[in-house]
Amino acid sequence: MRKLLLGDEAIAQAAIDSGLSGVYAYPGTPSTEITEFIQLREEKRGDAEAPIFCRWATNEKTAMEGALGMSYMGKRALVCMKHVGMNVAADPFVNSAMTGVNGGLVVVAADDPSMHSSQNEQDSRFYGKFAMMPIFEPSSQQEAYEMTRAAFELSEAVHLPVLMRVTTRMAHSRAVVEITDSPRKQSDIKRPEDVRRWILLPAFARLRYNELIAQQDDLQRSSVESKFNAYTKGSNPERGVITTGIAYNYFMENCADGTDRSVLKVSQYPLPVALIERMVEDGAKEILVMEEGQPVVEEMVRAIVPSTVAVKGRLTGDLPRVGELTPDSVRLSLGLAPLERLDADNIVVARPPALCQGCGHRDMYKALNEVAAEYENPRIFGDIGCYTLGALSPFHALHACVEMGASITMAKGASDAGQFPAFAVIGDSTFTHSGMTGLLDCVNSKSNVVVIISDNLTTGMTGGQDSAGTGKLEDICRGLGVHPDHVRVVVPLPKNMEEIKQTLREEIEYNGVSVVIPRRECIQTAKRHAKAKAAANK
Amino acid sequence: MKKDIILAGVGGQGILSIATVIGEAAMAEGWNIKQAEVHGMSQRGGDVQSNLRLSTEPIASDLIAKGGADIIISLEPMEALRYLSYLKKDGWVVTSNVPFINIPNYPTEEELNAHLAALPNCVSLNVEQLAKEAGAPLQAANMVLLGAAIPMLDIELEKIEAGIRRIFARKGEEVIEKNLAAVHAGYNNSIKK
Repeated sequence: MRKLLLGDEAIAQAAIDSGLSGVYAYPGTPSTEITEFIQLREEKRGDAEAPIFCRWATNEKTAMEGALGMSYMGKRALVCMKHVGMNVAADPFVNSAMTGVNGGLVVVAADDPSMHSSQNEQDSRFYGKFAMMPIFEPSSQQEAYEMTRAAFELSEAVHLPVLMRVTTRMAHSRAVVEITDSPRKQSDIKRPEDVRRWILLPAFARLRYNELIAQQDDLQRSSVESKFNAYTKGSNPERGVITTGIAYNYFMENCADGTDRSVLKVSQYPLPVALIERMVEDGAKEILVMEEGQPVVEEMVRAIVPSTVAVKGRLTGDLPRVGELTPDSVRLSLGLAPLERLDADNIVVARPPALCQGCGHRDMYKALNEVAAEYENPRIFGDIGCYTLGALSPFHALHACVEMGASITMAKGASDAGQFPAFAVIGDSTFTHSGMTGLLDCVNSKSNVVVIISDNLTTGMTGGQDSAGTGKLEDICRGLGVHPDHVRVVVPLPKNMEEIKQTLREEIEYNGVSVVIPRRECIQTAKRHAKAKAAANK
Repeated sequence: MKKDIILAGVGGQGILSIATVIGEAAMAEGWNIKQAEVHGMSQRGGDVQSNLRLSTEPIASDLIAKGGADIIISLEPMEALRYLSYLKKDGWVVTSNVPFINIPNYPTEEELNAHLAALPNCVSLNVEQLAKEAGAPLQAANMVLLGAAIPMLDIELEKIEAGIRRIFARKGEEVIEKNLAAVHAGYNNSIKK
C-alpha cells in the first residue's frame, strides 16, 4: 500500500507495523507527530486489533523509563522526543545501554538544526555514541519506514536500544511511502531470564559494561554490512563525499547527471570505518563530509584517515558551521554556480510569531508587566512554551528563558542572591514536566518567589496535546508544601485586570513561596473543542 | 513532468490545505511527491511556507533550491515576495492581494502592488471577494487561490476537482460544491494556458 506520510508518520506507521505495544513521549517539535499518529490509530482501532499504549508522558525521562519497563516485559516500545528532550531523558537513556533490552526498544530523537522551534542545535548522535548504542539516521521517508522496522529487529538481535536520529526536514516533510500489507503482531509477555543485568549495582554493572564494550566490534561489523550504508567508488576517486542522513538528498539534488566522486552514504552508526578506509584505499585525497547538525562525523573521519587526506566540511568552512544544510549550501560546497534566480525583494519585513489574539497569556503578561513596573528592578524568569513569546513585542516581559522548568529554580537562585521581586512564568505542562521539583526546593528554602503557572489546560506550542497537570495544579502545589493561602487562581481576561494585578501585588508582598495560577483554556483548543461539540450535537 | 512549488502565507491561513489537494491529485497520477512543512513555533501568526515538489522522476531534496521554484502560491501578498529568490527567472507568482497586517512596519499597499506588478509573471487576486461572489465561505479563499494556480501547475482542472471530491468526501456534498465553486472562481480569473 502507498501512503503520503510525514517522516514522523512513516516512523509511527513502521512502529505499528513492527508489533509496537507502547509509545512513550512528551510533545516536542519536530517529534510530536509520531505519537499523535499512533494516538489517531488508537482512536480508530477496530476491536480485532491489539491496543497500543499511547498516552503522553509527563516528561522525556518518565517516557524513557516507561518504555524500558515495557521492553523489560518482552514487548516492543518506542520513545519519541525532540533533541533537548534527550537531556531530560539522558539518565535512563545512557543506562538503558547498560541494562540492555528485552523487547525491541527504539528511541527517536528529532533534532532541530537552524533552531526552527528550539533553543539550541545539539546533535543527538553524540548521545548514541556516548551510550555506545547503534544509531539510525534515515535519508528518506521510505528509508525512515524501513529503518524503524529494521531498528526493532536489530534492537532485539543485539539486546540494545537503537537510537533513531532525524532532523526537522525529515520529520516534517511528506513523501509517498510504500508500507507492508502484513504487519507483525505484538509480542507476548516474556520476562527477562537474567535479572542481574537489570540491576545496575556496581558489581553487576561492571560485568555488563564489559559486555557492552565487547559488543562494539559486532556493531561496527553490522554497520559496515548494513544495506543502509552504501559506498560507491567514483570515476575520479581522488575526490570523495561522505553524506549522513538527509544530506545525501541535497548532494544527489546537485548531481542529477551523476557524479565522478566516490560517495559513502551513511545511515547507520557506529560510523563504518572500513568503508571510509576503502574510500582512502581507492585514492581519496579529499573527503567532503556533509551532515545535518554538528560536525560529529567530520571529526571522526579526521581521526580515521591519514593526515595527507584533506577532510572538508563544517569545520573548514566549506559548509556553514551552523544551521541546517540546504540544497544551496551543498551546491556551493561542491563548487557549483548558484542557479539563475530573481532578486530578493527589499520591501519584505520580518513577521515574527506572536501570541494569538485573545490568548490568556496576553492578559497575564499585561497584568504582570504593570505590577512589575511598580518595583525598582523586577526580574521575570521565563520558561519554554507559547508564553516564551512574551519576550518579544509588545510585552518584552522576560529577563531569562533557558530550558524546561528553569524559570522556578532560576527565580529561586536569584532570590537566594538577593533579587526582589523574583518572578517565574511557567506553563501548566512545563510545570509538571520539570517545574514541580524546583517548587519543592523553593518551599524547603522558604524562598521569596512568585511563581506564575499560566494554565491554558494544554500543551499549546506543540499543537494542543493533553497536559499532565490539568485539574491537579492547586493540589500539586499544596502537596509540595506551598501554603494554601498563597496558591491563588485568577481568570486572565481583560475585565479581571484589576483583580489579577491586586493578587500579584499581595503575593509579591508575601515573604515566601507564592503560586498564582491564571487559568483560561488555550483559544486554539477551545475553538477545536467547540467545533467537535457542535459536530457531535448535529 | 516536474513542478517545484513554494506555498506561502501567515500561520493559520491554510496553505497546507492547498498542498493537500495538489498532493492528492498528484498522488492519483502516480507522481512522486515531497512536501516540507513548517510546524511549531512559527505557526503562531508568523510567516510560514511549505515546499511542494512534484515529479514523474524520483525527487532527491525535500527543499527547493534558490532559483529552483516554478511557482510561488501565496495567501498573502508580502509573503509572496519573501520567497522571490527561490523563483526561477521565468517562474510564476500566484497570490492573494489581501494584506494580513499584524506587524507595525508592514509596507504600504501601493508599494506592495507596485512590486507585484513589476514581476515578470504574476496573477494577483482578491481571493476573499472571489470566494464570497462564488457563494463559498471565507475559509475557502485558499481554494480560490489554488484554482488560479491550476494553469501553471500543468494539472488538469478535472484532476484537481476529483482530488477535492476525495478529500472532502466525508464532509458532504455541500462542502464539496462550495470548494469546487471556489476553485472555479480562481480558475476563471487566472490566465488561460
